[in-house]
Amino acid sequence: MNAMVENWIAIGGLADIPPRGARRIAWGASSITVIRTAGNRLFAIEDKCPHKGGPLSEGIVHGDCVTCPLHNWVISLETGQAQGADEGSVRTFRVRATEEGEVLIWAGDLVAISGGRD
Amino acid sequence: MKQKLVIIGNGMAPGRMLEHLFELVPNAYEVTIFNAEPRVNYDRIMLSPVLSGEKTYEEIVIHGDGWYVEHGIVLYKGHKIVAIDRAAKTVTSDQGVTESYDKLVIATGSVPFILPVPGANLPGVLTYRDLDDVQAMLLAAQSREKAVVIGGGLLGLEAAAGLNARGMDVTVLHLMPSLMERQLDAPAGFLLQRALEARGIKIVTKANTKAIHGANRVERVELAGGTMIDCSLVIMAAGIKPNAALARDAGLTVNRGIVVDAGMATSDPDILALGECAEIDGQIYGLVAPLYEMARVAAARLAGNGEASFVHVDTPTKLKVTGIDLFSLGDFADGPNREEIVLRDAAAGVYKRLVIKDDRIIGTVLFGETGDGAWFNDLKKKQADISAMRDTLIFGLAYQGGASLDPMAAVAALPDDAEICGCNGVCKGRITGKILEKGLTTLDDVRAHTKASSSCGTCTGLVEQLMALTLGDKYKPGAIQPMCSCTDLGHDDVRRLIKAKQLKTIPAVMQELQWKTSCGCAKCRPALNYYLVCDWPDEYADDYQSRFINERAHANIQKDGTYSVVPRMWGGVTSASELRAIADVVDKFAIPTVKVTGGQRIDMLGVRKEDLPGVWAELGKAGFVSGYAYAKGLRTVKTCVGSEWCRFGTQDSTGLGIRIEKFMWGSWTPAKVKMAVSGCPRNCAEATCKDVGVVCVDSGYEIHFAGAAGLDIKGTEVLGHVKTEDEALEHIVALVQMYREQGRYLERIYKWARRVGVEEIRRQIVEDADKRKAYFDRFVFSQKFAQTDPWTERAAGKDRHEFAPMATLSLEAAE
Repeated sequence: MNAMVENWIAIGGLADIPPRGARRIAWGASSITVIRTAGNRLFAIEDKCPHKGGPLSEGIVHGDCVTCPLHNWVISLETGQAQGADEGSVRTFRVRATEEGEVLIWAGDLVAISGGRD
Repeated sequence: MKQKLVIIGNGMAPGRMLEHLFELVPNAYEVTIFNAEPRVNYDRIMLSPVLSGEKTYEEIVIHGDGWYVEHGIVLYKGHKIVAIDRAAKTVTSDQGVTESYDKLVIATGSVPFILPVPGANLPGVLTYRDLDDVQAMLLAAQSREKAVVIGGGLLGLEAAAGLNARGMDVTVLHLMPSLMERQLDAPAGFLLQRALEARGIKIVTKANTKAIHGANRVERVELAGGTMIDCSLVIMAAGIKPNAALARDAGLTVNRGIVVDAGMATSDPDILALGECAEIDGQIYGLVAPLYEMARVAAARLAGNGEASFVHVDTPTKLKVTGIDLFSLGDFADGPNREEIVLRDAAAGVYKRLVIKDDRIIGTVLFGETGDGAWFNDLKKKQADISAMRDTLIFGLAYQGGASLDPMAAVAALPDDAEICGCNGVCKGRITGKILEKGLTTLDDVRAHTKASSSCGTCTGLVEQLMALTLGDKYKPGAIQPMCSCTDLGHDDVRRLIKAKQLKTIPAVMQELQWKTSCGCAKCRPALNYYLVCDWPDEYADDYQSRFINERAHANIQKDGTYSVVPRMWGGVTSASELRAIADVVDKFAIPTVKVTGGQRIDMLGVRKEDLPGVWAELGKAGFVSGYAYAKGLRTVKTCVGSEWCRFGTQDSTGLGIRIEKFMWGSWTPAKVKMAVSGCPRNCAEATCKDVGVVCVDSGYEIHFAGAAGLDIKGTEVLGHVKTEDEALEHIVALVQMYREQGRYLERIYKWARRVGVEEIRRQIVEDADKRKAYFDRFVFSQKFAQTDPWTERAAGKDRHEFAPMATLSLEAAE
């Protein structure tokens, strides 16, 4: 486990994520969504709206936020916090793209989620 | 007994005169108007926005037909007066109508000056004076060919900008070295030229037109010096001259215009003249402010006030070209004893110049930044001594006395007698006074009560600031509810500007309309995407990242993140093989729930997203296509069995429903559209609560629209009755296209109809066959790009990424 904690795990190519779009990463029974903004920033957050569990990977991406498709909560990709008057947050994960365009997610953050759930 | 007042001409000046007259002496006159144009009084200043597509004719009408009825005015449309008999006190029209008068008002306006060059009478040479000219230009502009505008003055440049906005290749020929030389000095003229050239308008100054050539119609223009310019359209905008022929024939004193005294009386005391045809003190006028002043004076005189007199006042000039800010006032020529203060900001394209004489402003030219025009105008009018603020004067009002830079503060600081609306001569105090006195809360109310901002509209921002100042928190700019917090513009303005500025991508809209966010939000992006899909069906590339998930995944997301799938069943008719295919799909993909919908379809609920392409592939084999149950678009046409089975059926309602559905499927609309066709007035398909419904009767088809049976419940309005199925289809398609072009995103048909008026919709769709046909044709054109089944495409692999995870991480990987 410790060996992997220091690792970045490859999860796909940057080209597979459209700008202002998202892709879902299956993670056991739950999901993570990797989001690419118009400004080409990459974020990864838990794919589950703090409100009613809506799939954030299906939302509209704008600025550094995503709007949940179920009831229009706006979630900050940077902090995972619900914006405006809504309260709640989702987990965030460190993610980056290599110069070759490979998308990597920080394994240490994945441990935290599975550990948290178990 | 009432006196008889006859008016020749139905332009803005006599219209305004009548408004004043009815206010002063409501029952003194029986009014008859002869209008050579076949229409009511409309705002000629706004012809340029009509030409550029930013307004429609309906929006610029000042007095609708109802106004004439209400005031008991007899309006002869399309009657040109050919003779005035001053002895008998009668006028006679070209259609043989003779009317007697006690008082006669001549308001025949002006005629364009046609250059006396060979070819000036060729077909394709137009002038720019009235709506007919604009319509002729719009027709010519459809060719998207080359146009030449002769004259680089106010009118010529507005025509050029309008034709350019309509996609024509425009060249402006101007005799003088710089544009608008009567209103602008050379540096401002240069900046204006640069701004117009940046839009792709070619400008030739010092251009002396020698001839217009062409075999049967205009082909090219020849300049002195031999240069030839190819074109299929020539606009003569070299100037206007008063239309005084009728007065001259009647023996009235005519110089350049019809000579009137300060009370607007001609050489015959029972005949008044006003507007562009009148000449006072050797001056003739073309801008609206002095013409409205003449109207005020003439009305007062007709009401018996012998004191009212016309006084000359300099009027500021503004160019009505969206995106070009220009203001000019007074005398700005160089001269002895004159000084000037100039501010230039080359990067921002700003130029400001004040001409000062004896410490007083006598002229102002502003380009690029015109916010202080009202203040400079006020200082000039009052002949205020500016020596104390000379060093900072050019920076504007906000810089005086260390006041804050808040534009609201600048408006607040204006004195009560500062002029806000130049066209109608309305000062600040009158606006704020009326707001308080009448409790006005909307811009339309303020326009109705004060006339401010009701002509050219350039002072609208100032008026709104005054409303905000006066009303404080009570002011809610309801008329301009912004689309979302990314912009201050409302849906209608955005739609208008998308067309007018030919914006064809979401980034272009956001850039040009100054969006406040980098890439919008979940409210505005789907709206913009729809507007662009609707307005540019052949050119716009649909932006899936700006669509809600349902339209991106072509299925309806459910609360648990699964989807529901509804295949198209044309008119609600199905078959054994279709039902068998649905049963097989349900078994194969273990779909938990199957339900019949309110629109006569079958809904399969609980489909996993990754299964969607597989489900569609299986359904596709049985001939099913997407039912668009997820779309802001045509959903379903519900039908009853009609004459084919029912003993009461009058027409083939099922067949018509299927026909409508096959014609219209795939079209995107502002909000969902649900239809129904009932075969008789028993109305089993419940057509009278639908967005569009048809009730068949023995004599044909009754078309209904604007019903609702959801959040609101509302019976439909009747659009009209037609005899054949073909006509029914044409009316329905045209109606939906009108809604597609005018509706605000997420606005259902019944709300749109309430906003624009059922009468207006009937007028355009039922009464105006040409308009109906044009809507129909635009819908048909747009369908060429819309009718592709999204399920077939996705079953074949399109957007595969949408339906599968990018990666699957096993839990063990990290542990």
